Amino acid sequence: MSAAVEAAAHEDAAKRIIVGYGFWIFLLSDVVMFAAFFATYAVLSRATAGGPGGKELFDLNNVAIETVCLLLSSFTCGVASIGARAHNATMYYGGMALTFLLGAIFLLLEISEFVGMVAEGAGPTRSAFLSAFFTLVGCHGLHVTLGLLWLLTMMAQVYAKGFRADILRRVLCFSLFWHTLDIIWVALFTVVYLMGARG
Amino acid sequence: MSEARRNDRAPGDGHANHEVIVGLRGYLVGLGLAGFITAVSFFIAGTSLVWQPSIPIALFVLAIGQMGVHLVFFLHLTTGDDNANNSLALAFGVLIVLLLIVGSLWIMTHLNHNMMPMDRMMQMQR
Repeated sequence: MSAAVEAAAHEDAAKRIIVGYGFWIFLLSDVVMFAAFFATYAVLSRATAGGPGGKELFDLNNVAIETVCLLLSSFTCGVASIGARAHNATMYYGGMALTFLLGAIFLLLEISEFVGMVAEGAGPTRSAFLSAFFTLVGCHGLHVTLGLLWLLTMMAQVYAKGFRADILRRVLCFSLFWHTLDIIWVALFTVVYLMGARG
Repeated sequence: MSEARRNDRAPGDGHANHEVIVGLRGYLVGLGLAGFITAVSFFIAGTSLVWQPSIPIALFVLAIGQMGVHLVFFLHLTTGDDNANNSLALAFGVLIVLLLIVGSLWIMTHLNHNMMPMDRMMQMQR
C-alpha cells in the first residue's frame, strides 16, 4: 500500500469515528426527549378520567407481532450494514429491502391500532392517560416513518453513487438510528403495553 | 488526524477487518438473545405462575437486560479502550434519563400524596 493510499484510509477511518460519535450524541439527545415523554406517561398512566384504561385497550398479540417485526428489522439492518462495509450489493440491498418491509408492517399495525382506538372513542382527547399514550407511541411511530424515508434515500444514494466513503458514513448513521429506535421500542412495549395491560 | 484516534471505533462499527461471517455471527447472537428475552417478557406479563407483585420488577429487569443486549450486539458499544468516548456519552445520557424519569415520578407522587382528596375539594367550592 502506498503512503498516500494509507493516509487516505486513515483519514476515512478517523472521519467515520467522528461522524459516528456526533450522531451518537444526537441519538442520546433524542433518547432524553423520549425520557420526558416516558416520565409524562408514567405520571399520567392512572389518569383515565373514567375512560378506558390499558387493560381494555391493549391487544398484546398485536404488540407481539410489532415487536417481532422491529427486532427482525434490526437484524436485517445489521446485515445491510455489513453488506455496505464489505461492498456487497446483494447483502446491502436485500437487507435494506427487508428492513423496509418489516418497518412498514410495524407502522401499518400501529396505525390500524390507533385508528381502532379513535373509532372506539378512545382518542387522544378522551383522557390524560390517552393523551400521554398517543404522544409517546405516536412519537416513536413518527421516528419509524422518518426512518423508512431515510432508508429509501440511502438505497437510492448507494444505487446512484456506489459504496463511496461519504455514503457509507450516512449508512452508518442510519443503522445507528434504526437500532436506537428498537431500543426505545423495548422500553415502550415493557412500560406501556405489558405493564399497562396488567391494569 | 491525531494518532490517538487511529485505533478508535465509531459506534456501530463492529469489525474493522470487514469480516462478513464474524459480523453476521454477532448479529445472530444478538437476535437470539433479544428474541429470547422478549419471549420471556411476554410470557411473564401474562402468567399466573409467579407471585404477582414481582412481575413489574421482573419486566423492568428484563427490559434493561434487553437494552444491554441491543447496545452490545447491534450498536457494538463495549467498555473497551476504543469505545471510551461512546460509552461515556451513553453514561451521561443514562444519567439525564434517570434524573428526568425518577425525578418526575418522585415529585408527582409527593404532590399527589399532599393534595386534598378531590371530593373534599369539591365540597369546599360549594
